[in-house]
Amino acid sequence: MSKFKKKKEGDLPAVNTASLPDIVFMLLFFFMTVTVMKDSSLMIKNELPYADQIQKLDKKDRVIYIYAGKPSERYQSTYGSAAKIQLNDKFADVSDVASYILAERAKKREELQNVLTTALKVDEETNMGLVSDIKQELRKVNALKINYTTRKGDAFRNMQ
Amino acid sequence: MARRGGAPEVNAGSMADIAFLLLIFFLVTTTIETDSGLDRKLPPMDTPETDVIIKQKNIFTVEVNKNNQLLVEEELMSLDQLREAAKAFLDNGGGLGEDGERCDYCQGARDPGSSDHPNKAVISLQNDRLTQYSTYIAVQNELVGAYNDLRNREAERLYGQKFTEMDATYLDPKTPESVKDELKPKIERIQSMYPQKLSEAEPKSN
Repeated sequence: MSKFKKKKEGDLPAVNTASLPDIVFMLLFFFMTVTVMKDSSLMIKNELPYADQIQKLDKKDRVIYIYAGKPSERYQSTYGSAAKIQLNDKFADVSDVASYILAERAKKREELQNVLTTALKVDEETNMGLVSDIKQELRKVNALKINYTTRKGDAFRNMQ
Repeated sequence: MARRGGAPEVNAGSMADIAFLLLIFFLVTTTIETDSGLDRKLPPMDTPETDVIIKQKNIFTVEVNKNNQLLVEEELMSLDQLREAAKAFLDNGGGLGEDGERCDYCQGARDPGSSDHPNKAVISLQNDRLTQYSTYIAVQNELVGAYNDLRNREAERLYGQKFTEMDATYLDPKTPESVKDELKPKIERIQSMYPQKLSEAEPKSN
């Protein structure tokens, strides 16, 4: 009886999988930390138009979002199919935009209050009348820096 | 024989499976969002009373009607011609600029009937209330593209680098301060050569 058994030749040793859970957990934590949960669920159809002369939006904490578009199908029976504005989690009127901007601005840190951008996420089928109304409201509260949020792509695709 | 030596070991063999399950869940739900779009600046509400008189030849009017048709300088035009037309207008340099200087970097036709100088040239964009938003964005995109093309041309001539790249580097928060300080005067110089004067008039009600 020998204490040191000779390994049989031609028999591969099994790969040690003891550290597999660690690797997987590492990946898991990575994805958990980079995941951004959507802060407002969209109640409207929001297919953004295409553009290619675009600039990246500022950091998230310096942006106020305004959504606009037709209510999605499940809300159409209550709200109709005309394009509406969505602020946070509810539908709003044009007249609510100014107070919403002021309220959001007051929530931000003081040093950021002057560098805020308003991102307009407007569905491509919306009429410009609504967008112009929003723009007028924004001018009233001096929120002049805006960003028409778009998808990256050829602008001619909008015309089809 | 009863075991007394502590609790039996928990089988950790399925831990990997559980972790994989969670991993796949997060992989599927993650959308690494990078929002981007066209940056614009709205005119302030309290515009000065004194109307600045701009010569008609220095204004490039673009109208989009409710059928999403383009009317450029009173003429019907398709979208793919707009960028060239805007560039020809901005780059014309037919007269003297704001400080009475000639545009020595313009490569346009120098037509006395078109714009005097890039720093005098204004593009006026008018839309109808029934214009579709996607058309409006496409037109905006082409006009910004015209400015970017001209700025890129000058930036490549002066600094051997595209303006859009310089601007993106400048706005990137990861860029070190020293690089930013170096880029800032260059960007400002290019911007002053072709200042973006894009006026968005209030829409016509119909």
